[in-house]
Amino acid sequence: MEKIYSRASGIFEGAVSGFCPGCMHSTICKIVTQVIDELNMTDHTCFIQGVGCCGLSITYLDMDTISAPHGRACAIASAFKRCAPETLVFTYQGDGDLASIGLAETISAANRGENFTVIFVNNGTYGMTGGQMAPTTLVGTKTTTSPYGRDPGEHGYPIHMCELLSQLSAPAYIARVTCADVPNVRKAKAAVKKAFEYQLAGKGFSFVEFVTNCPTNWGMSPLETLDYVRDTVLNEFPLGEFRAK
Amino acid sequence: MAKGKVEIYSEACKSCRYCVITCPKNVLGTTEAVNQKGYQYVVALRPEDCIGCAMCATICPDGVITVYREGA
Ligand SMILES: Cc1ncc(C[n+]2csc(CCOP(=O)(O)OP(=O)(O)O)c2C)c(N)n1
Ligand code: SF4
Ligand code: SF4
Repeated sequence: MEKIYSRASGIFEGAVSGFCPGCMHSTICKIVTQVIDELNMTDHTCFIQGVGCCGLSITYLDMDTISAPHGRACAIASAFKRCAPETLVFTYQGDGDLASIGLAETISAANRGENFTVIFVNNGTYGMTGGQMAPTTLVGTKTTTSPYGRDPGEHGYPIHMCELLSQLSAPAYIARVTCADVPNVRKAKAAVKKAFEYQLAGKGFSFVEFVTNCPTNWGMSPLETLDYVRDTVLNEFPLGEFRAK
Repeated sequence: MAKGKVEIYSEACKSCRYCVITCPKNVLGTTEAVNQKGYQYVVALRPEDCIGCAMCATICPDGVITVYREGA
């Protein structure tokens, strides 16, 4: 029999990820490394980690990496890519990192059309620090910092990063995907591949938002989070390609 | 004979059960056995029914499952 599906070489041999059971951070690490293998770029990639659970990838992904201060991944990626244009560069950031403390760096890099890729993990919460409200948290959702549910009057509305960045002229590729079922995992992988191909072709800023889960801080079983993502979260964050130029 | 085969890296399995509900042939499940981290890891309970579609491996977050297929 022929091997048709396996881990990619960008994951340390035999490693077990530090992410919680069912967390789609793991799925994203899996498909991103598979795409990088398919592009033959594993030895020519550098990823810039934000602060948050994405940092758990440091002992999981066998590639060059830089840990950015909280929110600053896009600034570091801009500089790194300019100095090493042949390297495939991507940032790996959560919603607290990218859309809250790092919002200015994200929008500025996008607006400059910097030639790297952002992998944005939107799980609607600050996972690593124990489930605080994120800019992406849905209205009405209870978190440790919104114990009565997110109230637009006090906390504003969920931020839609793909739609926001689509207002800028420079970005080359913007897409929102999820990993909640097999067809969507396949589509997500195709989107990552397209984003990396745009970068390798020198087309400029590419951005892939993953609508994901955080079973631990949502207080749900992994299986329950799949239904919640599909039935509830995707109503707020519709999937699709927002830009492909 | 089965058309496909799954190989399970049981130490990396976290028992999320995504693969169990995804397998169209109902091949996978858990037993009382646990791995070093205490998770009831997935095993192929009905390996003879495996068609090698790789849906389990595609949904598995942790890259636990390697899939082989006849004449792929
Ligand atoms: C300057 C600074 N402020 C605050 C923190 C604390 N902190 C660590 S992770 C985190 C939030 C991470 O949330 P997110 O980016 O959504 O990632 P997730 O853990 O959900 O994947 C915060 C606020 C920090 N490390 N540095
Ligand atoms: S805390 Fe949430 S985001 Fe972090 S690894 Fe666990 S499930 Fe994933
Ligand atoms: S999807 Fe992966 S981690 Fe989850 S139960 Fe199946 S083999 Fe284990």
